[in-house]
Amino acid sequence: MNIPQDLVYSKEHEWCRVDGDVVVIGITDFAQGELGDVVFLELPEVGDTATTGEEFGTIEAVKAVAELFAPVNGEVTEVNADVIDSPETVNEDPYGNGWMIKISMSDPAELDDLMDASGYEAMIGEGE
Amino acid sequence: MRYTPSGPDEQSELLREIGVENFGDLLQGIPAHLRMDDPIAIPEGISEMEVRAEIEGLAAKNRGPSDLIGFAGGGAYDHFIPSAIDSVISRSEFTTAYTPYQSEVSQGTLQVIYEFQSLVAELMGMDVANASLYDGAHAVAEAMLLAYASRESNTILVSDGLNPHFRKVIETYAAGLSIELRSIPLASDGRTDATVLREALTDPAAGFILSQPNFFGCLEDAAGLTEIVKSTGGKKAPLVIASVYPISLGVIAPPGEWGADVATAEGQSLGLPLSLGGPYLGLFTCSEEFIRRQPGRIIGRTLDRDGRESYVLTLQTREQHIRRQRATSNICTNQGLCAAWATVWMTLLGPDGLREVARQCTQKAHYLAGLLNSVPGVGLSFPDTPFFNEFTLSLPLEAGGVLRRLADNGWLGGIDLNRFGEGAPGDLLISVTESRTREEIDAFASVFTDIVTGGE
Amino acid sequence: MAENTTSPECREPEVGGAGGISEEIVARAAAIVGSGWSCAPEPLSIELSRSGRTGYSLPALDVPDGGDHFPEEMLRSKAPAWPEMSENEVVRHFVRLSAKNHHVDKDLYPLGSCTMKYNPKVNEVAARLPGMAGLHPMQHESTIQGALELMWELERQLAAVSGFDAVSLQPAAGAQGELTGLMVIRAWHASRGEGGTRRRVLLPDSAHGTNPASVTLNGYVTQELKSDSGGSVDLDSLEEALGDDVACLMITNPNTLGLFESNIDRICELVHGSGGLIYMDGANLNALMGIVRPADVGVDVMHFNLHKTFGTPHGGGGPGAGPIGVTADLEPFLPVPRIRRQEEGGEDEQFHLDWDRPSSIGKVHASFGNFGVLVKAWTYIRSLGSDGLADASRAAVINANYLLGKLTDHYHLPYPGRCMHEFVLSGCLQKSQHGVTTTDIAKRLLDYGFYAPTVYFPLIVSEAIMIEPTETETRETLDLYAQALIEIARAAQTDPDMIREAPHNTPVRRPDEAQAAKFPDLRWRI
Repeated sequence: MNIPQDLVYSKEHEWCRVDGDVVVIGITDFAQGELGDVVFLELPEVGDTATTGEEFGTIEAVKAVAELFAPVNGEVTEVNADVIDSPETVNEDPYGNGWMIKISMSDPAELDDLMDASGYEAMIGEGE
Repeated sequence: MRYTPSGPDEQSELLREIGVENFGDLLQGIPAHLRMDDPIAIPEGISEMEVRAEIEGLAAKNRGPSDLIGFAGGGAYDHFIPSAIDSVISRSEFTTAYTPYQSEVSQGTLQVIYEFQSLVAELMGMDVANASLYDGAHAVAEAMLLAYASRESNTILVSDGLNPHFRKVIETYAAGLSIELRSIPLASDGRTDATVLREALTDPAAGFILSQPNFFGCLEDAAGLTEIVKSTGGKKAPLVIASVYPISLGVIAPPGEWGADVATAEGQSLGLPLSLGGPYLGLFTCSEEFIRRQPGRIIGRTLDRDGRESYVLTLQTREQHIRRQRATSNICTNQGLCAAWATVWMTLLGPDGLREVARQCTQKAHYLAGLLNSVPGVGLSFPDTPFFNEFTLSLPLEAGGVLRRLADNGWLGGIDLNRFGEGAPGDLLISVTESRTREEIDAFASVFTDIVTGGE
Repeated sequence: MAENTTSPECREPEVGGAGGISEEIVARAAAIVGSGWSCAPEPLSIELSRSGRTGYSLPALDVPDGGDHFPEEMLRSKAPAWPEMSENEVVRHFVRLSAKNHHVDKDLYPLGSCTMKYNPKVNEVAARLPGMAGLHPMQHESTIQGALELMWELERQLAAVSGFDAVSLQPAAGAQGELTGLMVIRAWHASRGEGGTRRRVLLPDSAHGTNPASVTLNGYVTQELKSDSGGSVDLDSLEEALGDDVACLMITNPNTLGLFESNIDRICELVHGSGGLIYMDGANLNALMGIVRPADVGVDVMHFNLHKTFGTPHGGGGPGAGPIGVTADLEPFLPVPRIRRQEEGGEDEQFHLDWDRPSSIGKVHASFGNFGVLVKAWTYIRSLGSDGLADASRAAVINANYLLGKLTDHYHLPYPGRCMHEFVLSGCLQKSQHGVTTTDIAKRLLDYGFYAPTVYFPLIVSEAIMIEPTETETRETLDLYAQALIEIARAAQTDPDMIREAPHNTPVRRPDEAQAAKFPDLRWRI
């Protein structure tokens, strides 16, 4: 199971890469494995508001669907158009080219509520 | 007559092998006080010979097509059904299979439905079709739900030209979701009042439902109405939802040509028997934009492991078995066999056959309309409005009485519009299909004339 | 049920048990290879099209051709891209396609929850009688007395089987029956001034997906109840979830594990005590005929699946029919029109349609429902009668338990004990130990010429394999099916790759579903 140390994680299996006030968001290797072949993504538009804990999109596999929940408050500044065209990238490279959106955080302190790699690893360990 | 192979002895043997003394031992989970003491309160079973006699007896109490020659439409039409359809579709392979979950051994059903989706999308001029819904009314209801889910408003505008029974069904579906249905009346020409529609659109709406031709037979200015709707709200304009009569599309512009977002139809006229209103076939088509919001089963073409073309259930994440309470609809299956039936009908006819049925319906209906319009006291309710194969008459007598006397003479003379309550714009709705011969039409007109003019 | 307290965790396998693989099953598998299926690809009809051909004829137009009756702008501009084929070609095309289907008339089709029993042929004859198939839905009631009598009787037959006071035949399918039942429940609460407050619906986590979807369509919200360790509704969770905002509990009984909810009367009592109603999903009624009447145990509304319990064909997905039964209190809310029998009067016009129903929810179908299916169900019930229906349920339960007994040594049974008409195994052992999934097992069954069970449902069982043999299968067929499953369990140990590659002998092999969903190709484009 690949859980990079330099990222922070939400309970809903999203990862965040922090870059100043901006976070890059995707789903974890564990999550993509559970879903199976990703076939479709519905993502917000640039300029949309993201609200912590609320849905910002959906991710669909052949026989599963999951909502994507915003880990932080802020504004969507960029959406990965490539991953919409090639959703399999989420399976192939979840932490790299499989990123989904970037959010400009309104309150970076919210990051403290997220888990580090070991915390996330422990969480998915419990669930198994 | 039973169809259980095991008799009492064999069942006892099976019970012994299971390891119980008697059947009751298998029912440990059912508390004794909940079990039935008495047998089911219906008569005991009878032989096949007896059941055949009984059902034939019941059928004989109905006045079927040999006894009542039909000029009734209103959403269900007496079209000619080629023999090849029943021969092919009554095959066990189609009849006794189920939803094609295991695609490897269901390619027959899957490819038939893929062809159905193609034929229906082509017929309607729309981007995509689903694998069918219960009936024409249900298809409009699902279209309404799609509009409600896709737009911010709770209001759906509905032309009064929609089949009144369809209207009743969508009212039932709308009630639980606080969808507000707002009627757009017909103008004096029997067509949806464009002025009222334009005014209604000053408030937000999620959709506009129109029927083409409308229930009273009138051909709407569908393109004009669509343009009015589309000119409000830009990209988020209300959805234009069409309910059409498929046979008319042999000559009349299909919804795709006039810009509908969702086009539905009652598919019974595509070769299905009248069967007192069911099972019928709900056709549901839409534009590409709504492809992942459609209700119901959808079949897609793909390749298998060995690179062979193959067909599968697809876009299943919309559906109840995966998305559960967030599904786009609660429908589980489709009208598979009815869809297969329509598929064979469309394949037999081809584009020329469709055009010819539509032409004969048109000409025969206009011929009869001409005859009846000249009966003293009788008139077309909308003389200046074009119609396809169905028209509304105003009568000097009560329509119910006229129909009863027509029935006494062996004619199913149409539909009494008073059955839908006050305010119907006319008295009698008459339809003519290719099944009616000139001889029948002339004889009907003659009896009709006698009844209405008191000559009988 | 004391025996159902075992945790549904995976157990160690107990390989062994029934003797060697029968020669019969080997022979069967061999016979199927290469001969059982039409594996030749069949082109699309449009690819077989040749300009100028047709499979249809009409008499020459015998009325004067009045020319165009429509303004130019109303005319269709482009003909549909439909094929042009002769009748012979059309028939062959569809017959060749039919050869690619598995179906009940060919062999066992043990889809759990679907009740794929034999469909008697006399039913088809009945529905095709011109005096039934030729009726127009808007004919005057005086001209459809036989049809009304049939529907009136069918309502009473279904009421007798289930114990309900009234039945509506209008819903076209089980899912529509669910929605109709929920609408009736909503109307009932509204009539008591609680329409605005009671909007929550409780359902167990083992429920069919249509249940929660119907709840949403009715404007209600769902709340899932965790099943207890025996797979039944957990009484404590239920009590905790109840409140004055609960409209109803939706329950399936026997539940989707094939187990009777032993506490059903207590459950009904609790829900009724808090002012809610009980909706029962009748998908599994084939286990109960002549044994338990759902209304007697406290259920208020239930739908019937005529295509499951009452032998009408499934048609590759439909048409079915989903009538609902209700208690007397709920009868005023049923869809219009109701069919009434004139108690007195002459022979003529005994039956009539009652539209004057001010409390009715309205209509859910443009006409009377799927009438042709109703004719078949009437014929089925009349044929079997009181004794035959009870025998059908008895044999269905016996068959399921017989088959279950043959398989428990080879597959994990997460909820041990006797079952009703179906049971749920888990492929978890095969998956964890040999990397063979339930999908692989299902696909391998196809190689034996059988259909697969329902898989991955209910959601509370991992790698679920849900088997419903039905009463119309012989012991010989059940033995063969058991042998096939046992052989697959063995092969999962000895040759897992072969199972993972299955099916080997079918017209196509594991079509790429991800590709299909990613790039939807839903129609031909010419």
